[in-house]
Amino acid sequence: MMFFDKILLLLLIVCAIAAAFTKRTLTAVVIFMSYSLIMAVLWVLLESPDLAITEAAVGAGITGILFFTTLRKVDELGGDDNGRRK
Amino acid sequence: MAGANRLLEAIINFAEGEDIDRTLIDSGTPDHELIDQSFINYNETSVGERLHHMIDTHGERIFNGFYKAASVIICLALSAVLLMTVATLPPYASPNNPAVNEVAERYLEQGMAETGAVNLVTGMILDYRAFDTFGEAAVLFIAFCSVTLLLHGSSSVRANPTVATRQKSVVLRCVATVIIPLIMMFGIYVILNGHLSPGGGFSGGAIIGSALILYSSAFGYDRIHAFLPFRTATAISCTALLVYAASKGYSFFTGANHLHSFITVGNIGSIFSAGFIPLLNICVGSTVTITMYGFFSLFKKGDL
Amino acid sequence: MVLFGIGFTTLLLQKNMIKKVIGINIMDTAIYLFLAAKGYIEGGIAPIVVDGITTMEHYINPIPSGLVLTGIVVSVSVSAFSLALIQRLYKEYGTLDFDEVVYQLRNKEGD
Repeated sequence: MMFFDKILLLLLIVCAIAAAFTKRTLTAVVIFMSYSLIMAVLWVLLESPDLAITEAAVGAGITGILFFTTLRKVDELGGDDNGRRK
Repeated sequence: MAGANRLLEAIINFAEGEDIDRTLIDSGTPDHELIDQSFINYNETSVGERLHHMIDTHGERIFNGFYKAASVIICLALSAVLLMTVATLPPYASPNNPAVNEVAERYLEQGMAETGAVNLVTGMILDYRAFDTFGEAAVLFIAFCSVTLLLHGSSSVRANPTVATRQKSVVLRCVATVIIPLIMMFGIYVILNGHLSPGGGFSGGAIIGSALILYSSAFGYDRIHAFLPFRTATAISCTALLVYAASKGYSFFTGANHLHSFITVGNIGSIFSAGFIPLLNICVGSTVTITMYGFFSLFKKGDL
Repeated sequence: MVLFGIGFTTLLLQKNMIKKVIGINIMDTAIYLFLAAKGYIEGGIAPIVVDGITTMEHYINPIPSGLVLTGIVVSVSVSAFSLALIQRLYKEYGTLDFDEVVYQLRNKEGD
């Protein structure tokens, strides 16, 4: 249990670098949502449950949804034409 | 020598206000680039035109490589400086930190008796430091107003009305009918129990906002427009902020130390205790809900 | 702190505007992690009173927790506002590339 938080911190750094260096914007947003989730787990390990609930609801939920709708508006969702029609 | 010359030209160009990309590139180009420009008369063209030609032929490749190297170097340098600064702080997680002073002691020891909240963090941000929370709710409201200003006219619903009435998929509708009541109940529980367990206004508001987003995605725009048009949403938001200001702002007029309200601290541990805190939680929660749902609706449809 | 450096670099040197907003968010959450770590006392539990114990040594410091709670909400407001700005910029200039927008602005002023 002692180095569980060190592993999580290392994973955070990996996520952040990966989000900065991917080519497609969609993968960057998904990696950012997982980054937010790992951060919520870290808050629990730092004994602040208020921050964990708020970060999980707001960071991974609301910010992710806003990013996805913006990507749709600027036509960068990618994928084939099947996803566009409906 | 030519490299030093070019560096000097780059500095002079930068001082005259030229583009910084070009000056950065200029200081890094190798010497053999100049041989390509034999058709340009060296004495008659200005520095700017030679720069432009150099960039047109080779600039992009050099710039991309320079970009990646510079980003890694800047990142490492900044991290090193910050880590050196942090290393001089007191050690991590020791009880003798200077940050753990008598303020924290007062909040912890007398927080429950004075505010009546079992959750000391909620009691602190809604009773001792209620003004900061008011500022934060105001920030949310201002963000909502500015996003409305930016995006309100571009309604895609009025442009093609078939988008709004299109039938959503069956899976989404079935799942939503089961899940949305549960999410709303959980959100209301989190808001109301802000002073007894972790949670409070912000997280509860975000949860109910997510429930509204799910409802709007699953059942179309018309059904949610029936009970939550733009006017109702702004009315709820403004009323919540005004109630918050009125309930905590009277102490500006009655004296600074007037922490006690006329709603007394009830039984510690029951829901309707802790003075003003449930009311403030509800106000903050409703503001956050309207803001979150408003963001989603303005982003997706351009209209609330 | 390392996360702060990564986020700041992403903000500064990425041409795609949406990645800049992701950089802002990474920078913000790194600062919140730093602040909350300042409030952690070893052996303390979360600041919710159990069994009527209200001595100071039992709990962690609750003050940074309140500050970070405000910060998270402000961070989401800033992200939402900048995403709305990006949508309008896209409609106006047709590109998500920050250098392209500056280039077009400069050409428009020149003509």
